[in-house]
Amino acid sequence: MKKLPPELDMSVSTFTDKRLKSIFLNVLNGSRLSREDGICIYETHDLIGLGQMANHVRRSLHGNKAFYIYNQHLNYTNICKNRCRFCAYARDRKEKGAYAWSIEEIEKRLLDRIDEPVKELHIVGGLNVDLKFEYFIDLLKTVKRVRPEATIKAFTSVEIDYLSNLAGLSLEETIQRLKDAGLEMMPGGGAEVLNSRIHKELFPKKIGHERWLEIVRAVHQAGIKTNATMLYGHIETIEERVDHLVTLRELQDETGGFSAFIPLAFHSENTQLSHIPPTTAMDDLKNVAAARLMLDNFDHIKAYWVMIGEKLAQVALSFGADDLDGTIIEERITHMAGAKSAIGLTKDQMVNMITKAGFVPVERDSFYHPIN
Amino acid sequence: MDKLNNIIEKVREHQRIDIDEGLALFRQADFLTLARLADQKRFHLHPDKMVSYVVDRNINYTNICASGCRFCAFFFFFYQGQGRGYIISKQDLFDKIQETIDLGGTQILLQGGMHPDLGIDYYVDLLGYIKENFDIHIHGFSPPEIDFIAKKSSLSISETLSILKKAGLDSIPGGGAEILCDDVRQKVSPNKCSSAEWLEVMRQAHGLGMRSSATMMFGHLEKEFHVFEHMDKIRTLQDETHGFTAFIPWTFQPDNTKISVKKKTGVEYLRILAMSRLFLDNIDNIQASWVTQGDKIAQTALFFGANDMGSTMIEENVVASAGVDFMLSKEELTRLITMAGFEPRQRDCYYHLL
Repeated sequence: MKKLPPELDMSVSTFTDKRLKSIFLNVLNGSRLSREDGICIYETHDLIGLGQMANHVRRSLHGNKAFYIYNQHLNYTNICKNRCRFCAYARDRKEKGAYAWSIEEIEKRLLDRIDEPVKELHIVGGLNVDLKFEYFIDLLKTVKRVRPEATIKAFTSVEIDYLSNLAGLSLEETIQRLKDAGLEMMPGGGAEVLNSRIHKELFPKKIGHERWLEIVRAVHQAGIKTNATMLYGHIETIEERVDHLVTLRELQDETGGFSAFIPLAFHSENTQLSHIPPTTAMDDLKNVAAARLMLDNFDHIKAYWVMIGEKLAQVALSFGADDLDGTIIEERITHMAGAKSAIGLTKDQMVNMITKAGFVPVERDSFYHPIN
Repeated sequence: MDKLNNIIEKVREHQRIDIDEGLALFRQADFLTLARLADQKRFHLHPDKMVSYVVDRNINYTNICASGCRFCAFFFFFYQGQGRGYIISKQDLFDKIQETIDLGGTQILLQGGMHPDLGIDYYVDLLGYIKENFDIHIHGFSPPEIDFIAKKSSLSISETLSILKKAGLDSIPGGGAEILCDDVRQKVSPNKCSSAEWLEVMRQAHGLGMRSSATMMFGHLEKEFHVFEHMDKIRTLQDETHGFTAFIPWTFQPDNTKISVKKKTGVEYLRILAMSRLFLDNIDNIQASWVTQGDKIAQTALFFGANDMGSTMIEENVVASAGVDFMLSKEELTRLITMAGFEPRQRDCYYHLL
């Protein structure tokens, strides 16, 4: 066994869960962690030990830097035919509060904030049968025209699958058309937990994990980077979480197309699963740390403050996260499910959070290039 | 670096550190190193994997206050006119306490403003009324109130405390300490008792066999060293009296107040919390403040030196009026403790498990 430098030796000697020691030695030796290691990471109560391990990896990749982006969310419709049980956002067409933005409305929303230095547009919505494929092409082109300097990060795999059916085109052809219209990157949503039991129970109408992976693979092959996510804190087991991470890690080995991983804390309010209590900090921090330790081929782990709150997202920077995502004005989806976080954060607030946590704030573009 | 390592070694060997060493550790140590050191200290003092909490209600008998502190969004400064000020009615008081007992509560936290028209007779009557009607622990009147009542009624601190104790007061909350450095107090709460007076009330109360907690409100106009001076004063008095049961640091909530500063972040709170566990080697319990930090940081605090989750706070008005309104039921509080890997245990005011 390799001898550890003194500062690491001190961390290891204070682990209260001794199982973490062999896991950490594997991390330090650059050996990939196993499924069993992943389960142990989720089981342990040694939160600080876990943080020390994940922080070590995070710092060796990114040093003192902590990234954020100035972005804007556009949720173009909440009308969705999937009606997943964990969702508080979706509406039926005739239901109160249902909406679909016209292209003109989208342009207006962009123009309303045209004086702000928005670097990325995050665009996702429901599967709305009233919208034609041309709408999506038009949407992308409009955004690109109004905001030529911002990156368009749009559509989850679920939407891509839907659009391919809607257009009657192959997956590859669909992606190409969207790319030609301005699509540059894809978010990581819709993966939920890559597992058939959970698929059947919670989101039976949505694409399953084989199709999700197939689409992401095709998107990566088309030269488009995506993120990856995991929705945790509902009915999934620890083993299912670890399997999810291992599946993503394998696909990343194959394509190298994932940019960041984002653990998403389930919010149950106003959903069909409202009996499930919210995730706690212990679980939120563990998911960040587990991701950092298991996903050795992912560059970035995000602490999504909308879901875990601003205060804990700041703490998560020392538990493996290197990115706080965006300033995000107008977050809708999680807030419909009872999120208590702010609707948006200013750049000042973001910089203050990062600095006060002892990190150096780096404003980035969608591809992690620093903005001067 | 060597100096830092020496301090870390000292802490790990449970030796006392002084203000300079505390400051150096606070400024230089990595976030998770502080957490680990505080966690080790916490388990050294409380080896069982338990986290305690109390079921009580915060009753503010009046919101009329002559103090006019610049950090306060709750109390109604007395000469601003009439309308929003109140003194609690006996019926309201009765109902609130009955409800507390019905919810499994064991104590009330009775605090108010420094009402310019209320003398000691009011308080004696208030305490007597509660004790006649209920078997409940009264944790009441922070040192600025005691000091104010004494002056108002031309009594000494010791006489005032004896009278209140006889009337039914059981223990004293550690509020109103803010930062126990007079240069800071001059700026944020110029009309409130001085740091020496605050400490004197506690010394006398402890001398009469009453226990108290100690608090610290930081994140307003103090500098880092004031935080350590504050803790040093508490530690010195504790060496003398051993009357403090717990230390509760919390952050200033700037909304609706007259002090315009950035609110302290979760990480800054946790660093101070960890330092308080390390510095206050003679105080048994460190309490997490979910009222100011929210449930997530409060749960995280259990790994940064806190061994107590404080109160379920059936009612809380003061912090809520400064823009923070986290609410936690007993079920939610115990769930947080359990999910963090600890056994939740209800306690009384003396930290005896029930």
